[in-house]
Amino acid sequence: MTCLPDKTDKKLGLLIDLDICVGCHACAVNCKEWNTSGITGPMEDIKPYGDDPSGVWYNRIHSYEFKKPGEVDRTVYFPKSCLHCEDAPCVTVCPTGASLKRSEDGIVLVNPDVCIGCKLCSWACPYGAREYDTTGGVMQKCTLCVDKIYDETIPEERRVPSCVSTCPAGARHFGDFADPESNVSKLAAANDARDLFPEMETKPVNQYLPPRKRQIHKEKSLNHKVSNVKDAMLRWAKLDFTG
Amino acid sequence: MCACRCGINVHLKDGRIKYIEGNPDHPVNKGVLCAKGSAGIMQHYSPARLTSPLKRVGPRGSGEFEEISWDEAMDIATEKLRAVRNKDPKRLAFFTGRDQSQALTGWFSAKFGTHNYAAHGGFCSVNMAAAGLYSIGGSFWEFGEPDWHKTKYFMMFGVAEDHDSNPIKKGIGTIKKRAGTKYVSINPVQSGYAAIADEWLGIRPGTDGLFVGALISELIKAEKIDFDFLVRYTNSPWLVIDNQGEANNGLFARDEEGNPLCFDVSRNVVTAMQVGKSKPAMVGEFELVDGTKVIPAFQHIIQEFLSEKYELSYVEKETGIKTADIKRIAAEIAEVAFSEEITLDVPWTDSYGTKHDKIIGRPVSFHAMRGIAAHKNGFETCRMIHLLQMLLGAIDGPGSFRYKPPFPRPTPPHKKNAKKSAAPGEVAEAEPLGFPAGPEDLAVDENGEPTRLDKAFSWEYPLAIHGMMHMSLHNAWAGDPYKVDVFMMYMANMAWNSSMNVENALKYMTDKDPETGEYKIPYIIYSDAFYSETVPYADLILPDTTYLERWDAISMLDRPIGTAEAAADSIRQPVLEPDRDVRPFQDVVLDLGVRLGLPGMVDDNGAPLYPGGYSDYLVNHERAPGVGPLSGWRGENGESHGKGVPNKNQMQKYIENGCYWEYELEEAEQYNRFANQAYLETATKMGWMGSPEPIVLNVYNEMLQKFHLAAEGHGEHVPPEHARERIKTYFNPVPTWYPVQEHVDINSDEFPLSALTQRPAHMYHSWGSQNAWLRQLTSQNYLYIHPKTAKEKNIDDLDWVWIESPHGKVKVQAKYMEGLNEGTVWTWNAIGKRRGAWALDEKSPEFQKAFLLNHVISENLTADDGSVRSNSDPVTGQGAWFDTRVKVGRADNQSDETTSPLIEPVKFYDKYQRPDVLQYGFKKNRSFDEYERSLGTTEEKGT
Repeated sequence: MTCLPDKTDKKLGLLIDLDICVGCHACAVNCKEWNTSGITGPMEDIKPYGDDPSGVWYNRIHSYEFKKPGEVDRTVYFPKSCLHCEDAPCVTVCPTGASLKRSEDGIVLVNPDVCIGCKLCSWACPYGAREYDTTGGVMQKCTLCVDKIYDETIPEERRVPSCVSTCPAGARHFGDFADPESNVSKLAAANDARDLFPEMETKPVNQYLPPRKRQIHKEKSLNHKVSNVKDAMLRWAKLDFTG
Repeated sequence: MCACRCGINVHLKDGRIKYIEGNPDHPVNKGVLCAKGSAGIMQHYSPARLTSPLKRVGPRGSGEFEEISWDEAMDIATEKLRAVRNKDPKRLAFFTGRDQSQALTGWFSAKFGTHNYAAHGGFCSVNMAAAGLYSIGGSFWEFGEPDWHKTKYFMMFGVAEDHDSNPIKKGIGTIKKRAGTKYVSINPVQSGYAAIADEWLGIRPGTDGLFVGALISELIKAEKIDFDFLVRYTNSPWLVIDNQGEANNGLFARDEEGNPLCFDVSRNVVTAMQVGKSKPAMVGEFELVDGTKVIPAFQHIIQEFLSEKYELSYVEKETGIKTADIKRIAAEIAEVAFSEEITLDVPWTDSYGTKHDKIIGRPVSFHAMRGIAAHKNGFETCRMIHLLQMLLGAIDGPGSFRYKPPFPRPTPPHKKNAKKSAAPGEVAEAEPLGFPAGPEDLAVDENGEPTRLDKAFSWEYPLAIHGMMHMSLHNAWAGDPYKVDVFMMYMANMAWNSSMNVENALKYMTDKDPETGEYKIPYIIYSDAFYSETVPYADLILPDTTYLERWDAISMLDRPIGTAEAAADSIRQPVLEPDRDVRPFQDVVLDLGVRLGLPGMVDDNGAPLYPGGYSDYLVNHERAPGVGPLSGWRGENGESHGKGVPNKNQMQKYIENGCYWEYELEEAEQYNRFANQAYLETATKMGWMGSPEPIVLNVYNEMLQKFHLAAEGHGEHVPPEHARERIKTYFNPVPTWYPVQEHVDINSDEFPLSALTQRPAHMYHSWGSQNAWLRQLTSQNYLYIHPKTAKEKNIDDLDWVWIESPHGKVKVQAKYMEGLNEGTVWTWNAIGKRRGAWALDEKSPEFQKAFLLNHVISENLTADDGSVRSNSDPVTGQGAWFDTRVKVGRADNQSDETTSPLIEPVKFYDKYQRPDVLQYGFKKNRSFDEYERSLGTTEEKGT
């Protein structure tokens, strides 16, 4: 079995705002195009031009209809990828050390050179965030674009995971949750950020901002001053309109 | 790639594409990129790519082709086109779907001599464009945008979840992050953008105008309208002649110099309206010196909106929106507009000489798209939204809707449509598309009958400013109004999802004249980059490149990419050489022009004026002196912007600047541009306007009244008898709401549901299904239905059902959706594909399970009297596919999980091997450990 670091210097992760996500899949596809050429790529596509096309996606978007008594019904889009947990069960369950959590930044990766494709990690992950590559016989997953965020040939402000730089609605944020002054820590604190499945005790680094409660509208209406053309003609004939 | 026109950076490695990302500086997308743009790799390497010119050898539709050389292809095309031009140029019909080079293709048509040209706007959103341009000199989307950064109340009508793509997503994201801004979505479907609205109102399709009318009525009754704005910037106070039955009834009263009149209450006289000086009456009945009765235009507005038509209980019944909600929303709008106004301490001077020390904004903004446009009352509904903006004074102020330069333009813009095609061998009098300013500008013959194939600009569809592509195949087949010899198309999948009525569209292309044995549409030329459903129906295929292999431009002459703050245009440069025998269509068009010897494309000796092809044309072509396709870095040394002589280094300048040009306006020029003197002078200097005259906003549209008068028999240009009643009914100077024909005609018990479509956000403005990544997200579409509606018909979630209209029926799989108007069903458009097309395997879900709603929509409707009319807005000719009425019933056979109709396959396409497993990427020459250790060093170079 594989050990987790006692502590990581940084806790890099994503803050995803479900109140803003429109479910457009931009993050999922941009992730795929970056990572298929990335450190743990390629990301296979099975029957890409046939029946039931499928493939490896490090990030997938689910949609739900939300109904709760006393609240307004709504549609919710939910992007899901590896949450880079502090107590990552996918790492501790790994028999070969292929699943690893980096001590410097907390990113969880799979080393394909060591992975034996036993799939224990995908059983252990409560989020279903692991993706099996049938061609290579290895497990794959979100790398947090580790090969992009440290690449000094990329302009500094673009050194963020692909899903973040491409998100049109600005629903995704990247940063260090270990630093209380970071953008993500501050946003999380200000907006009631949540762990996904806290009861699983995995201590996910990624956080979600839940959809904000919709207002139940108070009745109000305008005070009518005229109700028909005759009224209006009488009343407005006396007004001075100079513009 | 699509009409969103984002800037992208394409990273290459070893001659292949590694990564495509949004250009961080680009005005449209500022670094973001949608799913479709991110899947560009799979688009570019699609196995459905065409590889060489093709000549049909089997019957039409068979897909039997012979590969030919470009020389032969161009010889054939030239010979066909030359024969048409020498005989009768109008017998060339040239329709280009989602063409982003309309400034070129429209110009080519005029030089060729045909006015039978249009792109896809006629079935997209011409109602939005026409209503906006004829009301306020601008419109939504390319012509204007909400002030995302300052608005405090944003209401969006009928925008499909894909539409306008990244700018809307960015904008809504911006609004959502700002406390105190409310976003209201009016849409029958709660998906995509509507899903994150602060309030969603699932309105009944086609009734938005009634809802807007009710808001207007509430605001007028409460006097929550901006009288100062109306007096100063609109024609509200102008006096309208009240002379029922006479030729001047409903026209503006004018003095001898043509100035509009008002009744000045300070002097109790009728006098020329002088903004800032007159104190005009807004209501009342007055007389001119000759005794003619006149009333202010504004009184016409209140007569409409204080009428019983907008009585709230009726509005509630028709729209499904509760009276209390309508009242509340009117109150919310009024509160934000008048209690939360925004003031900028920026001095500016208006066109009437008044100096203002600040700019005032009413931070309520609106946006609308196809959900409003694709109805037969769409033009009027959109006019009502603009009227609502005018009444609130919420146009081009901080926080409201704002124009994007070069808009606003005069109402309508000063560019006339061609009335007819040219004589043999001649050049047409004008470009095909433009803006009629009255009955005299229609494209009709001496009997008042259409001169255009699609009948745009005729008495039937007078303001069809984007043409009516959806009628073009039908009319060419029917020979109504006449036959054509060559039908040329580009980027238009007319044999499938771009036609309302697929089986008929196929018949139009394959029917033969029994007497001659020839096809009724004699010759079809088509350009596409992929093996789409339309390819097998063409006689000659001119294969296009992908979007990464050619020069492109988004020109100020076309549909520019500016923002509220800046004018902008852009180019795209080829990043890859084609690896097959294909050519950019724009180069082909110019080459055809040279071969035909068309003026503007060759010099006096017949030598090409743009031997370098499209990029040469983009730099060196001048539409007017100093005005060309690209506005940036003009002048010999690139010193001028807007106007200037061509600069041979212009392309290099664009490339150095990230492939776009942006000209930011001074803050004082960014608001109230319809009457902002500094802005109007800049616009004139830049070549966007002919002169710096103010643009008076139309609450009352005199031009529409001129059509109404013509239908009453007044004037030199009157419609033929058969068109009169329709013009009288639908041309009114004051915006109004009427129910669409289907909601009245079709028995609502038999066909109780409205049927709509939208594209998934990840497939915006495209129909290609060959994309290996995107089809994993969506390869089957469902019919979304409200559970309550479904259960009444014993339909379970995921049951197969028949959806049936008076026109046809389709078998589809249903899916429950709660966030949906109960009287509406909807589906994704263009997921269903025809077997054989797009290089997909036969068992693909796109062929077997997915479907087109188009089968139940007709491009023609039969009225009670047996007469047949296009399924289009009566003013603009907009294809009204959202008026479709259907019924849904559970299919008897649930085990056969296949859609119907299953149209017979076209020939399958096998130019490229299709892998069972695709592993796109780049081989790594080191271990994971080595790779990981190298992170953060310069070893792993960006590409």
